[in-house]
Amino acid sequence: MADTAVRLTDLRYAWPGQARPCLDIETFAVAAGESVFVHGESGSGKSTLLALLGGVLLPQAGSVNILGTELTRLSAAARDRFRADHAGFVFQQFNLIPYLSVQDNVLLPCRFSARRRGRALSRSATLAAEARRLLAELDLEEPLWRRPVTQLSVGQQQRVAAARALIGAPELVIADEPTSALDAARQAAFLDLLARECALAGATLIFVSHDARLASHCARSVALADLQRQAVAA
Amino acid sequence: MKTLLGLALRSAWNRRLTLGLTLAAVALSSLLLLGVERLRADLRASFAMSVSGVDLVVGARGSPVQLMLYSVFRMGEVSQNMSWASVQWLEQQPGVAWTVPVSLGDSHRGYPVLGTTPAYFDRFRYGDRRELRLVAGRRFEGVFEAVLGAEVAERLGYRLGEQIALAHGSGEGPTAEHSDRPFVVVGILGRTGTPVDRSVHVSLQSMQALHLDWAGGAPIPGLAIPAPMLRKFDLTPKSVTAVFVGLDNRAAVFGLQRAVNGHGGEALMGVLPGVALDELWQLVAVAERYAQLVSLLVVAVGLTGLVAVILAGLNERRRELAILRSVGARPLDIFALLALEGGTLSLAGSVLGAALVWVLVLMLGPWLQANYGLTLASGPPGATEWRLLAGIIAVGVAAGLLPSWRAYRLSLADGMTPRL
Repeated sequence: MADTAVRLTDLRYAWPGQARPCLDIETFAVAAGESVFVHGESGSGKSTLLALLGGVLLPQAGSVNILGTELTRLSAAARDRFRADHAGFVFQQFNLIPYLSVQDNVLLPCRFSARRRGRALSRSATLAAEARRLLAELDLEEPLWRRPVTQLSVGQQQRVAAARALIGAPELVIADEPTSALDAARQAAFLDLLARECALAGATLIFVSHDARLASHCARSVALADLQRQAVAA
Repeated sequence: MKTLLGLALRSAWNRRLTLGLTLAAVALSSLLLLGVERLRADLRASFAMSVSGVDLVVGARGSPVQLMLYSVFRMGEVSQNMSWASVQWLEQQPGVAWTVPVSLGDSHRGYPVLGTTPAYFDRFRYGDRRELRLVAGRRFEGVFEAVLGAEVAERLGYRLGEQIALAHGSGEGPTAEHSDRPFVVVGILGRTGTPVDRSVHVSLQSMQALHLDWAGGAPIPGLAIPAPMLRKFDLTPKSVTAVFVGLDNRAAVFGLQRAVNGHGGEALMGVLPGVALDELWQLVAVAERYAQLVSLLVVAVGLTGLVAVILAGLNERRRELAILRSVGARPLDIFALLALEGGTLSLAGSVLGAALVWVLVLMLGPWLQANYGLTLASGPPGATEWRLLAGIIAVGVAAGLLPSWRAYRLSLADGMTPRL
């Protein structure tokens, strides 16, 4: 099963108090190492999909299988640990914790996951060195590393967030509208960088956006509406 | 846990102004509560240590508390004196080991003058049955000799041989000075931490001599007896304020008290110092409880402020908490993060309050000692203070769970995308 990074089967999720399911997906699979663009309008259930992939939410029915592990069978704490160990996230903006330095923001997953700490240390001698390697890889120059993150531009902040998602080489990188705060030129540059880094790390990339034009940066593109069963899509 | 502690500290540092003010509020409210308790406990200890070894205080019939306050603590006054005849009668009673008569009413620059016998220096005990000790000079022997308490000597800068004039009355308002009959300082007592420090001690004979040509609290016009002539008069006192009595056997105290209270010649009363103090505390207890209640309320206000500040900050921190969730923090971690903040703030606040009490005692202690003869202990907190401190911390930690619980609920509902 290791060649499949994500497999959703007969998944149904409705928000509490709502009769109509927000997501009703017969099947959706992503191969390991693949980069997939998921297109969805605002309110189409994108965030819900990410929460399900991250194990923050559980579906009412169906299966969420990530890297061969059935999330619906895990306890809430085990799902939190699984997320920390195997997934990195990049969000729209305000991705960083304001009171931590650039470097400490990047190292945040290593605080919560021993596995990612171990994997980071297998690449570099120290955690700080690994954080700097990733930051340099993502074109963030050394003078920025010790700055408060609030002094960085949005584009720089997103690259710090990408470094945080990539540290400790998680198998899965999930990006939720990571470019919506960037201008067009920077959007393309950031996405190419993210896709390249994921490919280098061998990570599966799932990139969710309402902006269909960004699809070209990923190998495969799907529309969330097409994943949904007809009843819901209508 | 170490992970969370580091995050909690840095997060708190990021909001240091608001949290600092909250910390100050908790510290000040703790200061009030602990300070009131310290004052209360030390006031009692101070009173209790002011007299020891006296089995019975005898005076004219009236309020026992008033007699104690006046004769031992030099506070207030009593309206009636007891006659010298009664003093002599008292000395004759079976079981009486010693008597020390005391006479109050005059003052020197606001400090009370105590007329007594030389036996006072032998018999009077304070604290843990400690004796009075002269640091300079000797006891008074003749008339117009004075022995000063430590505070009087220090404050007024008096040395041996200095001449001082006593004044009639408490020394406040228009008073008549006995300036024609100055006293010589012949001795200075060591510090005791009791009202003795604030007293000027003279013999009963001196006191009598001072008032020979006085009537009704003022000099008799046209009758001024020159000082050297005074020794020719009978200087046996006519009356005294109270008599301290020591017994051979303390068990006999109730018998003597009955005899005193039933004395036919004059309406007298015998007061057991411990019983009178208890009575005093019963009077004071109402005010004490009120002060405690108010300070408890202030602590409640301080801790409510703490919870309000953390709760208010929570909305701004929802994104921060969501990020922490995305990197693997459990909802329980979020709960612990906020509980840690509330707990640390109440712990630091109350400890800071306790430290402030200590500083204030060090600063205000000498002033209280000088003006009221009260001794504040600057030592470590007493048992009740520890309990109060633990109470503040416990309530603070418990109150801090409220925002923690809310953050827990929020992080469950928000997941990784805060709904703002």
